[in-house]
Amino acid sequence: MSGIPILSILVLLPLVAGIVALFQPASGARWNALITTLISLGLGIWLWATYDPNGAQWQFVENYAIGGGISWAMGIDGIALMLIMLTLFLMPICIGASWRAIEKRVPEYMAAFLLMQALMIGVFCAQDLLLFYIFFEGGLIPMYLIIGIWGGAERIKASYKFFLYTLAGSVLMLIAMLAMIYTAGTSSIPALMAYNFDPSLQWWLWLAFFASFAVKMPMWPVHTWLPDAHVQAPTAGSVILAGVLLKMGGYGFIRFSLPMFPEASAEFIPFVFVLSGIAVVVTSLIALVQHDMKKLIAYSSVAHMAFVTFGLFAFNRQGIEGALIVMLSHGLVSGALFMCVGVIYDRLHTREIARYGGLADNMPIYSLLFLLFTMASVGLPGTSGFVGEFLSLVGTYEVSSWAAVVATTGIILGAAYMLYLYWRVCYGKQVNADAAAMKDLSVRELWLLAPIAAAVLWMGIYPESFLKPMRADVGRLLERIERAKPAGDAHLTAGKPAPVQAHSTEAH
Amino acid sequence: MNFAAILPEIILTIGALVLMMVAAFMGRRASALCSWSAVALLLGAAMALLGEPQRAGALFGGLIAADGFGAFGKLLIYLCAAVAVVIAHNWFERDFEHAAEYPVLILLAVVGMSVMVSATNLMSLYVGLELNSLAAYVLASYRRTDERSAEAGLKYFVLGALASGILLYGISLLYGFTGTTQFDGVAAAFLRDGTGSIGLLFGLVFTLAGLAFKISAVPFHMWTPDVYEGAPTPVTAFFASAPKVAAMLLGVRVCLDALGPAIDAWRQIMTFAALASIFLGAVAAYGQTNIKRLLAYSSINNVGFALIGLVAGGVAGASSVLFYMAVYVVMTLGAFLCVLRMKNENGEPLEGIDSLSGLSQSRPGLAAALAVFMFSLAGIPPLFGFWPKLMVFNAAVAEGLYPLAVAGILGTVIGAFYYLKIIKVMYFDAPGAPYARGGSGLEGALIALAALVVSPLGYLLIGPLGQLTANAAGSLF
Repeated sequence: MSGIPILSILVLLPLVAGIVALFQPASGARWNALITTLISLGLGIWLWATYDPNGAQWQFVENYAIGGGISWAMGIDGIALMLIMLTLFLMPICIGASWRAIEKRVPEYMAAFLLMQALMIGVFCAQDLLLFYIFFEGGLIPMYLIIGIWGGAERIKASYKFFLYTLAGSVLMLIAMLAMIYTAGTSSIPALMAYNFDPSLQWWLWLAFFASFAVKMPMWPVHTWLPDAHVQAPTAGSVILAGVLLKMGGYGFIRFSLPMFPEASAEFIPFVFVLSGIAVVVTSLIALVQHDMKKLIAYSSVAHMAFVTFGLFAFNRQGIEGALIVMLSHGLVSGALFMCVGVIYDRLHTREIARYGGLADNMPIYSLLFLLFTMASVGLPGTSGFVGEFLSLVGTYEVSSWAAVVATTGIILGAAYMLYLYWRVCYGKQVNADAAAMKDLSVRELWLLAPIAAAVLWMGIYPESFLKPMRADVGRLLERIERAKPAGDAHLTAGKPAPVQAHSTEAH
Repeated sequence: MNFAAILPEIILTIGALVLMMVAAFMGRRASALCSWSAVALLLGAAMALLGEPQRAGALFGGLIAADGFGAFGKLLIYLCAAVAVVIAHNWFERDFEHAAEYPVLILLAVVGMSVMVSATNLMSLYVGLELNSLAAYVLASYRRTDERSAEAGLKYFVLGALASGILLYGISLLYGFTGTTQFDGVAAAFLRDGTGSIGLLFGLVFTLAGLAFKISAVPFHMWTPDVYEGAPTPVTAFFASAPKVAAMLLGVRVCLDALGPAIDAWRQIMTFAALASIFLGAVAAYGQTNIKRLLAYSSINNVGFALIGLVAGGVAGASSVLFYMAVYVVMTLGAFLCVLRMKNENGEPLEGIDSLSGLSQSRPGLAAALAVFMFSLAGIPPLFGFWPKLMVFNAAVAEGLYPLAVAGILGTVIGAFYYLKIIKVMYFDAPGAPYARGGSGLEGALIALAALVVSPLGYLLIGPLGQLTANAAGSLF
């Protein structure tokens, strides 16, 4: 490895830039934030380029002891790398999306976003249990401020709900972490991933971690903070929330629940599958009757995240790789969909679906991109959504055919609510004069949506680029959980082929 | 007679007496002189703590002990008191004739607290406690023409006297059934007789009840909101910091030293006090409209967390309490320093939470500092207030006290609600009437320093401070 502490730079750069932004005028803060996020993206691309998919499990490792049992330990594997790339990719787009939409208190807004970026990168890099917790929880503060200051009419209720819900979920995880450190005698995540906890202790630890990640994910029935937070947050806040914050739940399952508590995870498979199954069906049906575009997409997020939990707890390669791709794909697609809502919200200042209609006439480019993202959300082959959902369903099928049956209805229902949304917004007669008068995408908006569209197609057509860095890590995870792997309910028996002669005589 | 070992107390006592004379003869003119001399005396006493004789062990036939535990407590107390003198100087000088006597009372209270944290005998414990309390009663009613201040003083005195009575009754029972007032003698008696003796048990309960009053742990917390609200704000800041440290450390020493063998008996009491303080402190703060009352409930809430460390016991538990108190006083003093800045255009102090409305737009720096203290008091990472909470929970988990740790940490979620309310008022609401500008630069620097300590940079202190508290706690055993 090169001697540059690249991960620390990725965490500290936005932090410093954020503090600087506080003292800048509005336009200075905008440019500062944009340049910082672009430099970070550049560093991220360099990180991806130098990451060795066949190399050591943990790369770019740094470790400085702080004392008191916590150390500034950083390092990434392929899974973390991909999620970092997702974060770094979405950040400049978020800043761009807020360029015009945010007019009041711009320096603070940019500072909050840069702080958010530092904390999110920290979550994926942290190799110390307590450091992870600090980054994980720290993200609540900037998001609370983003929703509360720049949110919609009901922003205060939504910000409280977001903060207290996620905090309540996470605190139990802290006690579990302390118990783990006390039992295993180390707070290093790589060491803990190889430590075998007593199965009876695992049971409690798994539940405590589940409480946190299930809220963050979010899984039914603890998802209710999400629609409120999404609807009230400003567009860029929704993008980050859906694009990255929700991924922390899935990342937590991969990093902690599965490798550290394999036996408990196996034991809880039916529980997770039942919750995920309910999530897929119930939240899809709820999405079908929404009048508010953001709320509809928020509920669709819950349904999509259920594919992640299905895939992860399938305990096989297809499932886990599928779950990872769903996470990445959903990060891009839901982010893009929220941006699409933001584009027309900026023009008409309403998210009511009925206030739009027939936009394909006056906003053709917008409608084209919106269609692409809608299709990706539905899971059309050729888009990123298809790869992830297909793999995760294949994985699920190997474990439980019934779970796969329920999960597959999600694809159908997903198509129903997304196409219904698209139909109401872009097709049909133009009944609202103000909606019909809206201008098509500006150059800035096109530049924000086009890169996501390219990434969505890339991931759909050649997912290998994204799977390659993660393959070895998924393999290590599978090795780790192999001993607890449940027997699937599909019992393959070899058939008895009929003799050739009998076949041929019959034909005659 | 090892007088070198009580050098800090000697410095403070003689200094207080001299300053009292100066104040008496020079009157109001001496205000600045007395304040700055008091600060110098406190800092000098803090320097004296570094000397070797401060680790001399038992002194004066075991009345007090000079050890690392006491020295750490005294250090915190002296620094808090120095801040309390500094902030009071501007506050009182403007409109108050007896400003010069304020530092004298603080010094006397500090001497009492010094005795409290080093007492190893029930009698010296009581004497220290009373010296501190008597000065505190006067301080609470310091603006005697202000009805609220007078009420606060009277309330504090009546309830404090009652608590002292309970404590003395407990001490007399312990003395009656053990035949000694020495901590180690009491411990030996508990070791010999166990907790089977009803008399000993009663003595233990009454003593702890008296101490719980001083640290304002539930169910002996009723005086706190009223006194905090009524007392002048610099005095409230003082009450919330130094005496809390002294009483908490006294409690730790009594529980782990004198009552050490009876841990099973007092653990139940302290568990209840800890959880009740956490939950009541969190729930009762909901409806408050006065920031000082809210901070009073916040202090009750925080005492509950510190008590979790005490319940865990052992070196780890004791050192987590020390760490907790060290960070707690920084957060609470910082918050009160911000409250001192809440003045309307005429320079009159404001205490309503609604007056903070939109502060982030009119005074971004002040709002940011207060937000940092609030998030930190709530224990939200990455602010440093998270770490002491983690340490007390860690001590509890290491002792296998999982139900206590889980219940306590759920309390942080409830408590987070009202801290968030302050943030919401400052950041989400529309700006109200702006506060008057100005205020001393020294206070501003203190706010900035406190904010810096509880910011994520505070984590760099974990190493040195952790070492210090671990050594201090180790000297108890």
